[in-house]
Amino acid sequence: MFALAAIALFAAMFLVGIRLFSGPTLYDRVMALNSFGTHTVLFIGVLGFLNDRPDFLDIALLYALINFVGTIAILKFFRYRAIGDVPRATDEMEG
Amino acid sequence: METFVLVLSWILIVSGSVFAIIGAVGTLRFPDFWSRLHAASITDSAGVILLLAGMALHAGLGLITVKLAIILVFLFITGPTSTHAVANAAFVSGLKPRQRPTPPPETEPTEQPDDKAGLL
Repeated sequence: MFALAAIALFAAMFLVGIRLFSGPTLYDRVMALNSFGTHTVLFIGVLGFLNDRPDFLDIALLYALINFVGTIAILKFFRYRAIGDVPRATDEMEG
Repeated sequence: METFVLVLSWILIVSGSVFAIIGAVGTLRFPDFWSRLHAASITDSAGVILLLAGMALHAGLGLITVKLAIILVFLFITGPTSTHAVANAAFVSGLKPRQRPTPPPETEPTEQPDDKAGLL
């Protein structure tokens, strides 16, 4: 049964990956990347149960953390063109 | 009783996989960014709940269930937050929903001659 869930999640990741590479806008790609990460978290969990090693859940939790921070970082970078402190000029340009 | 819990966990896992596939197909096939965002949140809500609940039922009480609950709570906080961030960034950048091309209004041809007649 976990094999079926793993295959289904892999197929879903493939479909989202197509959208990730063919998205017309940047936001389509960011949304697809976030969705791909959520699928990956579930896939890692299912894979752990499939191998009778549920310790994989730690990796899934870590992946969820990295996925969220990465999404926010990508959005912040493409809005302000900086990940750390926002430069003053860009802030004024945004108005 | 054990068989009942096992069958229930199978049902939850299979329906969670179905919802994950529905969300992915919607993400691929919908025509617009905003509708795609709508489809992607199916996986974030229904897929995550059902799959993690099925895994928790399969594992039984213990440390694994606690880890699954932590993942569930974390995904519940971060999923809507990142969806909101993406939607807000797209809205600020000026991305508009795709709209049906507006049909030419029917009253305009009859009004225009009147206007011209009034001007003349």
